[in-house]
Amino acid sequence: MTRRKRISNLLTYFLLVSGFLFVFVPFWYMVITAFKSQTYIFEIPPRLWPEEITFNNFVNVLTGENFGRFFVNSLFVAVISTICTVLISSMMAYAFARFEFVGKKVIYYLVLLGMMIPSVTLLIPQFLVVKSLDLVNTYRGLILIYITMNLSQQTFLLRGFFESIPTELEEAALMDGAGRWTIFTRIILPLSKPGLAAVMIFTFLYCWDEFALAQVLITDSSKRTLPIAIALYQAQHLTRWGLVFAASIISFIPVLLVFIIFQKQFTAGISTTGLKG
Amino acid sequence: MALFIFWPLIYSFRISFFDWNVIRPERSDWVGIANYVNALNHPVLKRAILNTFSYTLITVVGQMLLGVFVAVLLNQKVRGRTFFRVAYYLPVITSWVIVSLLFEYMFNGQGGLVNYLLKDILHITSENIQWMADPILTFVPIDLLGIWKGVGWTAIIVLSGLQTIPGQLYEAAEIDGAGKAARFLKITLPLLKPTLVFLVVVLSIGGLNAYISNSLITDGGNPLDQTHFILTYMYERTFTNLEFGYGAAISSMLTVFVFVFSVLQIKLLQKRNSG
Repeated sequence: MTRRKRISNLLTYFLLVSGFLFVFVPFWYMVITAFKSQTYIFEIPPRLWPEEITFNNFVNVLTGENFGRFFVNSLFVAVISTICTVLISSMMAYAFARFEFVGKKVIYYLVLLGMMIPSVTLLIPQFLVVKSLDLVNTYRGLILIYITMNLSQQTFLLRGFFESIPTELEEAALMDGAGRWTIFTRIILPLSKPGLAAVMIFTFLYCWDEFALAQVLITDSSKRTLPIAIALYQAQHLTRWGLVFAASIISFIPVLLVFIIFQKQFTAGISTTGLKG
Repeated sequence: MALFIFWPLIYSFRISFFDWNVIRPERSDWVGIANYVNALNHPVLKRAILNTFSYTLITVVGQMLLGVFVAVLLNQKVRGRTFFRVAYYLPVITSWVIVSLLFEYMFNGQGGLVNYLLKDILHITSENIQWMADPILTFVPIDLLGIWKGVGWTAIIVLSGLQTIPGQLYEAAEIDGAGKAARFLKITLPLLKPTLVFLVVVLSIGGLNAYISNSLITDGGNPLDQTHFILTYMYERTFTNLEFGYGAAISSMLTVFVFVFSVLQIKLLQKRNSG
């Protein structure tokens, strides 16, 4: 029995490690390429460990081509959109969780529906709406759309969280004369930290990586966000993969940090809500 | 939200019946269902529909099989579980733009890593394969990327489903002499069914809406407009050729199709939450 167990354990590890290699090698190859100089980009055989390591790609990316600017653009759009989404969705979720009002069910179904409509099919109409508001090429336009794209999911997620908080707490606070707003900010929000964290992570990642909308709504080259900048970077420097991947790695760092710091909330958020990160 | 999601949707539906003039919308001509007829008769769109459906089929099956497999592995009490879980999740959080470029580089026709593996290490081919020059082979990197990127997410969802199955069930079955395979088929799979159905729906919607990887790897349907997805083609017609009515017609058809899937998804979500 123990021997069989050991063999099955060994097999599990073997499979897990093979899977790990399957996932890891492309990443490794990307990192290695970013540290290679141009002469080694298409060398045969391709090396998984470079002959010589150079930081030139990173230096070139950071010093040239407005990269710092794109980074700041992305950060600005993502942070503002995330803050607004958390504020609005938490208030909406609280209303759905605790208040009775006319048409609540219908409105909530509309919220759910918003979650189900695939984002890319909204591309044309959203572009036209932003255009009619004269917000093309502004961060305001992009941020507005990003907030609406996240609102449904996050309201849905937070409603579940708020409903799991026992009402006795709020009733006690009401007896003590606390208003709804006080209850919301002093009781509900502090108790929902994991949920709020999940909302923040998902919204931030969405905004940080969003491609299709940013491509359409921002045409002014200095206002671009990172995903667009990187895609165009590759188009401009066709085979300069070292540069492209150095830029990719720098843009991936914030995501990695968020992921590592919030790893627990992240997996919890995914498995309780079925959200796609 | 009504302003930014529902009104646009209806607006877009309206546009699809016009030869839409972006600069001066009031000058647009009503063309009835001409945009739909033209789109459906257009060989490039037909090909794009075929491409999208085959991509969806391949990636959904791939993600489901590997996702369940990985989840079962991770559900065992082995050391380093958290490490593997985090590692498998890395592709999920990496941006589509980055991983698309990465796969394009790995499948490069000259000195790419994949060609090297196939030619010089495994000796399967004698020459470098020009992946991006062939309308069928282009989908090897695109489909593999779709699977590679999605397995981690699928596995996490399956894992959370697995963890709700009470261990006593397995113990009882073991006492009754059920083998590992029998336990998996008779206990695990039936109890996972709601989770699996949910996953198939969500992954299918994701597949039908694939856009970035194709747009970057095929560089706009190359070669010869044979490799478009529905959405990359819609994008080209709308924002490159400025045929908004035509694009809106394609987009409306896709939306209706996806909507059928989505109604299913709402139902499943409710079941998941109440169960």
